Amino acid sequence: MSIFIDRTTRLVVQGITGRDGSFHTRQMIAYGTEVVAGVTPGKGGQTFEAVSGAGESRGVPVFNTVEDAVRATGANTSVIYVPPAFACDAIMEAAASGVKLVVCITEGVPVLDMTRVYPFVKEHGARLIGPNCPGLISPGKSSVGIVPGRICIPGNVGVVSRSGTLTYEIVHLLTRAGIGQATCVGIGGDPINGTNFIDCLAAFERDPETRAVALMGEIGGTDEQEAATFVKEQMTKPVVGFIAGQTAPPGRRMGHAGAIISGSAGTAAEKIEAFQAAGIAVARRPMDFVELIQARLH
Amino acid sequence: MNLHEYQSKEILRRFGVVVPPGDVATTPEQAEAIAAKFGTAVMVKAQVHVGGRGKAGGVKFCPTPADAKEKAAAILGMKIKGITVEKVLVTVAADIGSEAYVGIIVDRASKKPVFMVSAAGGIDIEEVAAKTPEKIRYHPVDVRYGLHAYEAMQLGFFLYPDVKLARRAATVMQQLFSAFMASGCSLAEINPLVVTPQGDVLAVDGKMVIDDNELDRHPEIEALRDESSEAPSEVAARHANLTFIKLDGNVGCVVNGAGLAMATMDLVKYYGGEPANFLDIGGSSNPEKVVQALRIITSDANVKAILFNIFGGITRTDDVANGIVTATKANPLNVPLVIRLTGTNEEIAMKILQDNGFTASSDMDEAVKQAVALAGRGGKAA
Repeated sequence: MSIFIDRTTRLVVQGITGRDGSFHTRQMIAYGTEVVAGVTPGKGGQTFEAVSGAGESRGVPVFNTVEDAVRATGANTSVIYVPPAFACDAIMEAAASGVKLVVCITEGVPVLDMTRVYPFVKEHGARLIGPNCPGLISPGKSSVGIVPGRICIPGNVGVVSRSGTLTYEIVHLLTRAGIGQATCVGIGGDPINGTNFIDCLAAFERDPETRAVALMGEIGGTDEQEAATFVKEQMTKPVVGFIAGQTAPPGRRMGHAGAIISGSAGTAAEKIEAFQAAGIAVARRPMDFVELIQARLH
Repeated sequence: MNLHEYQSKEILRRFGVVVPPGDVATTPEQAEAIAAKFGTAVMVKAQVHVGGRGKAGGVKFCPTPADAKEKAAAILGMKIKGITVEKVLVTVAADIGSEAYVGIIVDRASKKPVFMVSAAGGIDIEEVAAKTPEKIRYHPVDVRYGLHAYEAMQLGFFLYPDVKLARRAATVMQQLFSAFMASGCSLAEINPLVVTPQGDVLAVDGKMVIDDNELDRHPEIEALRDESSEAPSEVAARHANLTFIKLDGNVGCVVNGAGLAMATMDLVKYYGGEPANFLDIGGSSNPEKVVQALRIITSDANVKAILFNIFGGITRTDDVANGIVTATKANPLNVPLVIRLTGTNEEIAMKILQDNGFTASSDMDEAVKQAVALAGRGGKAA
């Protein structure tokens, strides 16, 4: 088992012929993801060529619309690599076309656009991950997004994070120590995103394969505090947490729109305290995850 | 992106909000001339992107033009929280009956713009929020419908029991909300919203923060950017498409990704060092970015060691290695360099670095320890 994606995932890539879209589609196919369709308006009818992990050539049909792609291929998941000006429309198109999981990699989506998109996606019964996220991977089964597959191995740890490369760092440390992952989810660092920590924690709690969860938060907002409350009240599985941005000066933006400290809400100290109060073991350094997770798997 | 008070007020005025007349001065003589033109008492207000300027002495009441000249001379050039005042707003002083607060921010929890209003406005609004939160009303708005008239009236009545004033305030709510949405704000506030003894409702101070992701479709707002009010290193970084924030330590950091960059700074601190900066080179693979990053970091005389921490995903580590080689050939470094690279094209990157006389590790913890130790020795190799 795993969460959100597995061997039943049938993926449509929105923006498949673009620079990022084509590169990562080839990576995902090489990893073994079932990429069933691509969408680029005006390129419907073309075939996107790629090579599978076993070295066989694969042709992915390209459609003009997500609706056409879903009808022809039964795609149930979409990943979006279109420029920020088009990302919100792409998310809504996917949700309206019956795709149940929409993963938006695009960075730079205006937050006011997301205030329209979020309720739209909910009303269509879909789940959005992102925007501005690395996507997710269920090692050995499916990869949707840009997480480098070679740093992961299958196993029993759920990983959820607001960051991209910090997630890679910690997953890489776990893998090097022989600790495999059930699913690694990057929920993205924007102020408004489709899936939050609690959504992922709840899914990991339900997933029979997951035995412990590694959670990487950062300064800004109160998502981590709410996640801590959820862990305390509703989770039986152990959680190890980390907060990036302990040295960030107050009131400054640290790259992610998410990483803003305003007033007292959202400092690293506050979040670490919330973790500890909820019984979440706190990793002080990225490398501390290895020992803390190991201790909770045995 | 932060707008100055005078810029925010100009936008609010365009949306119909009543704002006291005012003009910007960069010299005491200009301030005097503006005050003389208005022919009334004025306020002279420092235009800087930091809070607490009133408490720092950057806002003064001036009954006469001569006074305005004198106060402007004192404020221009003053440093408020490290930022030099280059401009003042000279604006007609309003008769103040009462002061309210009206603000809108994008709220992460409700995923909507949220109004915050309070009858207890003025410079101590943060304290009101902390000590008497019941004096603030929060109201999320569904952007698909906008602010309904009845919602605006609810907020208006929360501020003023008098229906005439409540109606005027409701109009201001609608105007502020329109300005917020049309300008791509992440924050917009009027503080104070003043009722004069004559019953006029006007915005005596205004503040707007624009979502950086909106600037591509709002060139008219990008054009308002005031680079003189930013640190030169941060301006250079933005031109190079880097995210950079200068700090006070001596370990220069070059990292890809904001989360990893923050974790790297934290680890520097953990091992007893102090980061000199936050610098995220982003996800792209462009050696030129690395060249620019090194240029910006080495311009800081405090930096005693430079640490690269690159986890290659989209970023190709060989591109970073090429950037390091190019940059150091053009401008040899005066401080030691610690390089940690792992991920995409790691083997190629390591070879490039070795061929050019650099050593690199693939372990973050080791690299950070080493950089801290080198910086602590004043940057001299052991």
